[in-house]
Amino acid sequence: MKCVKIDKKLFAGGIERLQTSYRLFGPVKDNNFHDFQALHVGETPDPTMLNTRLSPKSIVYPQSELMFEYSLDDSKKDSHILKEIVADNSPRVVIGIRPCDAKAFLLVQHNFDTLEYKDPYWVRAYEATTFVGLACNTPCSTCFCTTAGSGPFHEAGSDVLLVDTGDYYVAKIITPKGENLFKLAGWEEEAGSDNAAGEIENLKQAAEARITTRVNTDKLREKRTTDLFDASFWEEFAFSCINCGTCTYVCPTCWCFDIQDEVSKTAGVRMRNWDSCMYPLFTYHGSGHNPRDNKTKRLRQRFMHKLKYYVDKYEKGIQCVGCGRCIRFCPVNIDIRKLCEAMNNFEPAQKSI
Amino acid sequence: MQNPYLPYPVRIDDIITETEDKNLKTFKLVFLNPADEENFSFQAGQFAELSIAGKGEIPIGIASSPTEKGFLAFTVNKVGLVTTHLHNMKVGDIMGVRGPFGNWYPWDLMENKNVVIIGGGFAFTTLRSSIVYMLDPANRSKFKDIHVIYGARTPGMLLYGDELSAWEKRDDINMHITVDATDDPDWKYNIGFVPTITDQKAPAGDENTYAIVCGPPIMIKFTQPVLDKLQYDHDHIIMSLEMRMKCGIGICGRCNIGKEYVCKDGPVFTLGQLNNMPKEY
Ligand SMILES: Cc1cc2nc3c(=O)[nH]c(=O)nc-3n(C[C@H](O)[C@H](O)[C@H](O)COP(=O)(O)OP(=O)(O)OC[C@H]3O[C@@H](n4cnc5c(N)ncnc54)[C@H](O)[C@@H]3O)c2cc1C
Ligand code: SF4
Ligand code: FES
Repeated sequence: MKCVKIDKKLFAGGIERLQTSYRLFGPVKDNNFHDFQALHVGETPDPTMLNTRLSPKSIVYPQSELMFEYSLDDSKKDSHILKEIVADNSPRVVIGIRPCDAKAFLLVQHNFDTLEYKDPYWVRAYEATTFVGLACNTPCSTCFCTTAGSGPFHEAGSDVLLVDTGDYYVAKIITPKGENLFKLAGWEEEAGSDNAAGEIENLKQAAEARITTRVNTDKLREKRTTDLFDASFWEEFAFSCINCGTCTYVCPTCWCFDIQDEVSKTAGVRMRNWDSCMYPLFTYHGSGHNPRDNKTKRLRQRFMHKLKYYVDKYEKGIQCVGCGRCIRFCPVNIDIRKLCEAMNNFEPAQKSI
Repeated sequence: MQNPYLPYPVRIDDIITETEDKNLKTFKLVFLNPADEENFSFQAGQFAELSIAGKGEIPIGIASSPTEKGFLAFTVNKVGLVTTHLHNMKVGDIMGVRGPFGNWYPWDLMENKNVVIIGGGFAFTTLRSSIVYMLDPANRSKFKDIHVIYGARTPGMLLYGDELSAWEKRDDINMHITVDATDDPDWKYNIGFVPTITDQKAPAGDENTYAIVCGPPIMIKFTQPVLDKLQYDHDHIIMSLEMRMKCGIGICGRCNIGKEYVCKDGPVFTLGQLNNMPKEY
């Protein structure tokens, strides 16, 4: 694999050159938190960030996205007929995405990009995006990526992985998309590959050693769905949940959405908006019936989806990359690691026949 | 890239008020572009998303049969935002249809078998599609005995009245129409709840017999013990489920029961399958 060395003094210049070929997004400090925003000319990703508050999923999958437009003006020939709105899918680059967040797109891809149906909005945006990952030298105390199918130096999902070695970034070029981007940025000084590889390996081991919390997921597959579903622990875990939906909004792998029409005079649009399984309306039938009519059922859905249904449906592990955001931002300290432990260790009191 | 969220434009060709309370209407829709009809090739038991610009979309079972060409029919109960707006629309109005979506009743498995259709209330829509499909001259010989047990609260609440009478007269289908109660002296069919009539009229279960059950939860709840008593295997009891839906294609994440999306992996499941799924519907 090709490794490139970037002198930090030359980093801003490269970013500036990329502005002509890409729309740039990177972590920027906004009051107390970092979030991914469009980088204006002269702006660079903030090197002090540990991770952003919201995941960068909105760069590919906006919180609110227009799908169709139409006219309700009956004097027009094509009134009431929907026309697709194609967003700006010019090349964009996300610089400084953490490996867990880059990996999350691959988990979500199994939902939006299937043999049967392709979600054109997601697929086009994803294809237009180049991901420049930034390895984590100092993971947070809530990170458990190493046991959630990712890791502080994980490469899957990134087109390039940057490693901060002090005065330099050493970049591992992973895909042709990444290689092309580096050419356009003018970052082409090859790092002596033995040396670079050794340096990266040392930093990687040090970072992984800092991650002390873990989840065990090995037994989730073999559990019976109906046993887990009927487990007695849900009530206890859900006791303090206020169904605020924060966990689903900050999550890089939560993908559920609602579709709504909005009309102003005779001009209308159909749009989709992030939705959350934590909300009562999510499953509310027009008849008044609601199969998830209390918060325990809604919390159970969220964790069963991530840790059991997804595992069984796609056979690609859990629908979680261990970024720890839901743990950090849940107002009542509900911890997915504890839920995962309870599920993984669950034994039904009596084997139902 | 094909956009699975884009509805085919259709025109409302006819509107039939089905029930005495006027809460159920059948809409006949015709594609504006004939090529779209070709693409919309479906099987009895599938559903579609009806789209009304400015209001939204609703999943509705296809009530017309694949053997009926030139139009699609949907029977819609007035409940909320979109269905109420649809009930106020007129012949000639333009709307949209997306689909067909979901799986269908297992027509290949049911070949050379007896088929017992058990329906209640307005869930009879895809069952109508199924009956018309099976009775089509090209298909009738593929199935053995056909029984239909269909009930509504009152005679005026039965859907598709003219067709029910026509089927009653045929000798290649056994109709058991029933109402919960009536004071109509001319009522010549059954009186009683669907589970009771099932007990009295349905053939016993065996490996050559399938039951398709669609209706309100209460009917399903009380019909199941009857089918158990008649010794229907749970793999031979076929049901169609309902969940709140948006995308209809297994992407928006709304309609799952366990790992199955009702819109894509369903809405048709056997009772055998449902026994191994969470009871969350
Ligand atoms: C597979 C399937 C087949 C159906 N077939 C029929 C049929 O043949 N005839 C019929 O009258 N009804 C049918 N329904 C129920 C019908 O979809 C709802 O009654 C309808 O969506 C209510 O929409 P609304 O806008 O009037 O209600 P509101 O309460 O205003 O609902 C707002 C939105 O929520 C969603 N929604 C609400 N309730 C349901 C529900 N029960 N199921 C799915 N989505 C819902 C829809 O997107 C709807 O537009 C079917 C549902 C499913 C899932
Ligand atoms: S963030 Fe915490 S309180 Fe809010 S919905 Fe999620 S688990 Fe419940
Ligand atoms: S309706 Fe969107 S997943 Fe089923």
